[in-house]
Amino acid sequence: MSKNQDKRNRPLLRNQPFLEEIEAKPFWTNLKEHQLTAQHCSTCGNFFRFPPQALCPRCLSSDYKWVSLSGKGIVYSHVTYRRAWHPAYQDKVPYNVSLIETDEGVRMVSNVVDCRPEEVFIGMPVEVLYEDFEDYTLPKFRPVKSS
Amino acid sequence: MANLSRKYAIVGVGETAVGKRPEASTHSLHLDAIRACLLDAGIGASDVDGLLTNQPLNDAHRSYAVKLAHMAGIDPCYATDLVLGGATPIAMVQHAIMAIDAGMANTVVCVHARKRSTPDPSPGFPIRSGDEHWERPWGHFSAVANHAFAAQRHMYEYGTRSEDLAEVAVSARKHACLNNNATMRKPITVEDHQLSRMIVDPLHLLDCSLESDGGGAILVTSADRARDFPKPPVSILGMGQHHPHSSLMDAPSLTTLGGKRSSEMAYQMAGLAPKDMDFAQIYDCFTITTMITLEDYGFCAKGEGKDFVKGGRIAIGGELPVNTHGGLLSQAHLEGMLHVTEAAKQLRGNEVEAERQVPDARLGIVSGHGGSLCMHATLILGAG
Repeated sequence: MSKNQDKRNRPLLRNQPFLEEIEAKPFWTNLKEHQLTAQHCSTCGNFFRFPPQALCPRCLSSDYKWVSLSGKGIVYSHVTYRRAWHPAYQDKVPYNVSLIETDEGVRMVSNVVDCRPEEVFIGMPVEVLYEDFEDYTLPKFRPVKSS
Repeated sequence: MANLSRKYAIVGVGETAVGKRPEASTHSLHLDAIRACLLDAGIGASDVDGLLTNQPLNDAHRSYAVKLAHMAGIDPCYATDLVLGGATPIAMVQHAIMAIDAGMANTVVCVHARKRSTPDPSPGFPIRSGDEHWERPWGHFSAVANHAFAAQRHMYEYGTRSEDLAEVAVSARKHACLNNNATMRKPITVEDHQLSRMIVDPLHLLDCSLESDGGGAILVTSADRARDFPKPPVSILGMGQHHPHSSLMDAPSLTTLGGKRSSEMAYQMAGLAPKDMDFAQIYDCFTITTMITLEDYGFCAKGEGKDFVKGGRIAIGGELPVNTHGGLLSQAHLEGMLHVTEAAKQLRGNEVEAERQVPDARLGIVSGHGGSLCMHATLILGAG
């Protein structure tokens, strides 16, 4: 068994985003500028779901714009990984993965950071922050501090 | 739409030994399952003119069905691969009916095998499951976590507890202990479940199904032809599918899934209701899947699954025996193929260990569930 394969002979799982996908390129480019954006349909006013796609999933219009989201939302559901599926996460367990529902109604997979995993709850208000890597930027979320 | 209820039947059932099969390959497990099925049906490969299968996970093929048919000595007029995750085995039976009804074939074998417990070196490439590159950068890798998201929502919306999910695992293990072809044969308690390690919180190890080697096959033909086969036919009464989202990012709900509409279609086609069922083989990749499906199938109201699974109500001898073979949790995980074969054996009678035979089993429902909780298929089967 090669060290690049797991016990089922699969290549070890990639843990980085794929930046070249035609429909998704603006998403990753905008993130480099610390803008969290989603596709907004100019015909019916619908925000596309993720992942990005070529036509509006509601009306099939190809007329859309990438617009900035408010960066605010809530935790729709959350889990805590107690074991790592990839070497890159070995020293991160336990860590949170959440489904974030933005104020615009767009749902995405992300992490709630700046708090312990057990402090995360469904409905928790969160806001975006940006984690920069060499080639790309990931949107993550942190609890909104009550004023 | 023409109602095909009672016009088609299962006339052959094949199962291989399950568990760790280091000597076997994915291909050999498929072939073993086909041979067992044809032997059970009392026919030869030349009597089969259709084959449906799934793609091997570690070795994607352009057409695995055609390759497999010829490895098995079958000269098919109808052959295709279906890829609907854990809904695939049921979908195969449904597609077999559609193909026969359309005149494309007369006798179709549906076969599914997996080798996930011991290594299976292959020259090929693995199949992608979906939008992983939109999940993995945030450390989200696993089917366990997708179902943990659903469990978390079920707990939030309906007050379900981890101890309630444990009841599903305890009951499955009880049945596996009665099954000579089951992987896990040691009884467990709710406490064992609670003490088992957390994999992705809120799901423990004992909320998770097994990784298995093994295969199963089903032979489908018309009700008219079914009378010529040696064993009593199992009549296909109702069927449905529903696939309400493609990923958790666009799921309208994580606690009501495709099983609701899929089962409604199947009940309507069969002219039957949940109360008519003598047993249910409910997909159990994780305990939460079974609880959600029992609710979606109308055996109890949404949110009442936690009471429905308690105190042996879903064990043999209880109100609704569920997963009488031990399921994916404790028998083997072959993506639900053994849910279908087990249902057929229960309805034929005298084919499983006497302690786990549902008395007077006449009607049963089977569910399949796949992907990121996004695919669902249902079958309602009847004796004779």
